[in-house]
Amino acid sequence: MLSQESLAQIDRELAKYPADQRRSAIMGALRIAQTEKRYLTNELIEFVASYVRIPPVAAYEVATFYNMYDRKPVGKYKLTVCTNLPCALSGGYTTADYLKQKLGIGFGETTADGKFTLAEGECMGACGYAPVMLVNNHSMCNHMTPDAIDKKLAELE
Amino acid sequence: MLEIEIDGKKLTVPSGSTVMDAANSIGVHIPHFCYHKKLSIAANCRMCLVQVEKAPKPLPACATPVTDGMKVFTHSDQAVTAQKGVMEFLLINHPLDCPICDQGGECQLQDLAVGYGQSGSRYQEEKRVVANKDLGPLISTDMTRCIHCSRCVRFTEEIAGYQELGMANRGEFTEVLPFIGKTVNSEISGNVIDLCPVGALTSKPFRYSARTWELSRRKSVSPHDGLGANLVVQVKNHKVMRVLPLENEAINECWLADRDRFSYEALNSEERITKPMIKQGGVWQEADWQTALEFVANGLKGVIAEHGRDSVAAVATAHSTVEELFLLRKLMSGLGVDAVETRLRAADFSLKTAGATWLGQPIAELASNEAVLLIGSTLRKEQPLLAQRLRQGVKKGLKLAAINPHADDLLTTKAAELVVRPDQLVEGVLQVLKAVAEIKGIALPTNVDAASIDIPAEARAVAAVLDGKAKAAILLGNLAQQHPRYAEVYAAAAAIAEATGAKLGVLAEAANSVGAQLIGTDAGGDVFAKPRQAYFMLNTEAEFDVQNGAQALAAVQNAKLVVALSSFSSCALEHADVILPVAPFSETSGTFVNMEGRAQSFNGVVRPLGDTRPAWKVLRVLGNLLGFVGFDYTSSEEIRDEALAGDIAPRLSNVLAAPVAVKAQAASGLVRLGEVSLYQADMLSRRAPSLQKTADAAVAAQLRASAATLAKLGLAVGDRARVTQGNGVAELEVAVDAALLDEVIRVSANHPLTRALAAHVGAISVVKA
Repeated sequence: MLSQESLAQIDRELAKYPADQRRSAIMGALRIAQTEKRYLTNELIEFVASYVRIPPVAAYEVATFYNMYDRKPVGKYKLTVCTNLPCALSGGYTTADYLKQKLGIGFGETTADGKFTLAEGECMGACGYAPVMLVNNHSMCNHMTPDAIDKKLAELE
Repeated sequence: MLEIEIDGKKLTVPSGSTVMDAANSIGVHIPHFCYHKKLSIAANCRMCLVQVEKAPKPLPACATPVTDGMKVFTHSDQAVTAQKGVMEFLLINHPLDCPICDQGGECQLQDLAVGYGQSGSRYQEEKRVVANKDLGPLISTDMTRCIHCSRCVRFTEEIAGYQELGMANRGEFTEVLPFIGKTVNSEISGNVIDLCPVGALTSKPFRYSARTWELSRRKSVSPHDGLGANLVVQVKNHKVMRVLPLENEAINECWLADRDRFSYEALNSEERITKPMIKQGGVWQEADWQTALEFVANGLKGVIAEHGRDSVAAVATAHSTVEELFLLRKLMSGLGVDAVETRLRAADFSLKTAGATWLGQPIAELASNEAVLLIGSTLRKEQPLLAQRLRQGVKKGLKLAAINPHADDLLTTKAAELVVRPDQLVEGVLQVLKAVAEIKGIALPTNVDAASIDIPAEARAVAAVLDGKAKAAILLGNLAQQHPRYAEVYAAAAAIAEATGAKLGVLAEAANSVGAQLIGTDAGGDVFAKPRQAYFMLNTEAEFDVQNGAQALAAVQNAKLVVALSSFSSCALEHADVILPVAPFSETSGTFVNMEGRAQSFNGVVRPLGDTRPAWKVLRVLGNLLGFVGFDYTSSEEIRDEALAGDIAPRLSNVLAAPVAVKAQAASGLVRLGEVSLYQADMLSRRAPSLQKTADAAVAAQLRASAATLAKLGLAVGDRARVTQGNGVAELEVAVDAALLDEVIRVSANHPLTRALAAHVGAISVVKA
């Protein structure tokens, strides 16, 4: 269900923990699976669980608890805007509203062309660079004023 | 030891205790939901908040370790304010549907709301609603009532061994659920119903059938496996409504297997027979007791007069009580009949021990062994609660090893495992014996011929598990006891026990297997191999309770006289000449001796249905009718005292009476692994509709083999396969089972679909249907 590269990466995660504590690797394993498949279907969660050798429901608990795991299809670029207090004080909601208006979608929605998904995020630990935005969970963008957003969106073609 | 003061009472507790433990030890009740003495500590309900001196805020009693000199106040203003606050939060989303909730009257939330809740709610907003989940045929859900204590989740993971339930999502959206599309399939799943402190998980078969306060609680003992779980049977209007565990730390702790809990459905089954019936001229007619008993007495006398006393055999299952079996034997010896047999599922009757075979140690001590070797046992399905005990033992360092014809998951860690063909169980044990002898540097016993045996690495690993353990046990399961070479398996296992100092134990198949041996109802051998003229059958269904069911059925069909004492008419109707309706365990007093040799007596919990009579009374009257002396019992206690006179303990022994010659043999070709599935093992569970809808029951209806074997046979998963063994044919759905060696065909025994097949282990042929 997953590519050899992804499985090799999961093996690397598993190797970080003692052999009798394989379930510790489930967060990393789900992240790797999501990176390859874009989002986690129930089948994919079950596959990852069986690969890590934990009950599927234990993986499901993790996949549903953390909001960076996507369990529905997302666009090519998933934009996550932080709206926690420091970002909110520095214009996080302005950023979010600007994105909503520019893309014509609300939080949790995807543009009709399947290019962008907008998500509301929790603190990313970079309050000094507020407002912050994550692109596809992995790359962080600082000081996302409307100008910076225009520039960033232009890059994401 | 630490000193602590709770509500002004000073006490000392061992270090490591929690405030909850300390309070429980002096009988101070702290309200709680998520805390359970058998489960890990979650501290997520917050109901047990108490005030602790010098602590800045209330602390959860279940998760706060006692420190020396600690002062705890469980009912101070601060504690009560905190508890009331938590209660208000818990009630925010809890529906006010107590009037239609099955938990009403035995609900911890309801009870504590009386003490800690307010008369009204300040919460004006919309309450949340949670979709119900399908957890299978035994557990009904009303998930909106869930307070997320996570007891059920922790139970499946920690006690049942496999996390089948989880807490998905978070915050206000948290819900308890199984993985999408899955149900809860554990053989001890029903315990989550008891654990649930609210009405989120309730019993499906019991749903909406009675209110708890209408039910009388009566004590009883489970008639199924050899554990003898203690029961609280709840009855209303002389009908058993449901069964709950009676806590007994030495036997079932606070748990019950689903078989113990839900088999009561059969007690109210349509198949119950309520009047004596006699077949005359091929037509069944109802009769009164006097006529029926005279018919039986005259019939038996007639057969004996004409064909001799060897032409009669009496059989009973070991689910019968001590009293019933004792009178059965007494009645038969009055008639001069020696053939009285309860080991109906055995294939090898040659084993002779110095006493009744038993567990070899108390049940409560099993988990404190350093090592346990299981031989021939599908433990989770044979003795569900013992499997649970061993699982807890493994967590504390017990090393578990197995020699089995399958590699079934015990849902715990096995330190070593030797998987053999079902017809090579003796050889598997010999491999380990040889490895043990090698480690110890001793010679094999002279009665063992293992010259042709090579020692595989797995056998060495199993031997290493037992080596050097001060306290170890070797346990023989049902597959060993039903094996065609049981005596050899036993002798080889005994030799390992001798060499390693481990205790040999036998996991009693049925509730009264040990009792049956004490009474001596194991003297008949295979009474169906050479057909008799008359069969006297107590609680026995020929095709389901006898190893070679097809042969037994043929024997009774051709017999001149078949007397069936049974609670159910369905199976005996085809071949019996007279059916006497006798009471199941719930309608008679009696005694079972469990696998540790503990005699547990119980009373009837409801009156016998219709004209049903307790079997001991029927046998007593038959004795009177036949004019035998010593049949004047007025109570079952009198019979028990005579049957079990003296101490039981000295009469238990797993020591072989004489050496058994053990010789390794070779085997090849397709072989059947026949095992009696969990819910086909006895008359009651066979007739419990909810148990028959479980995943375990569905698996029992399949033919299972390794992927390679299926490929070789040209079978694919989901195909229908035709199985032939002896003269019998069965048609089954095909499934793959990775726990089997190649050439092993796993086909349930004594199952409605496979009743035509012969012995549990033997050559078998399979073709695509």
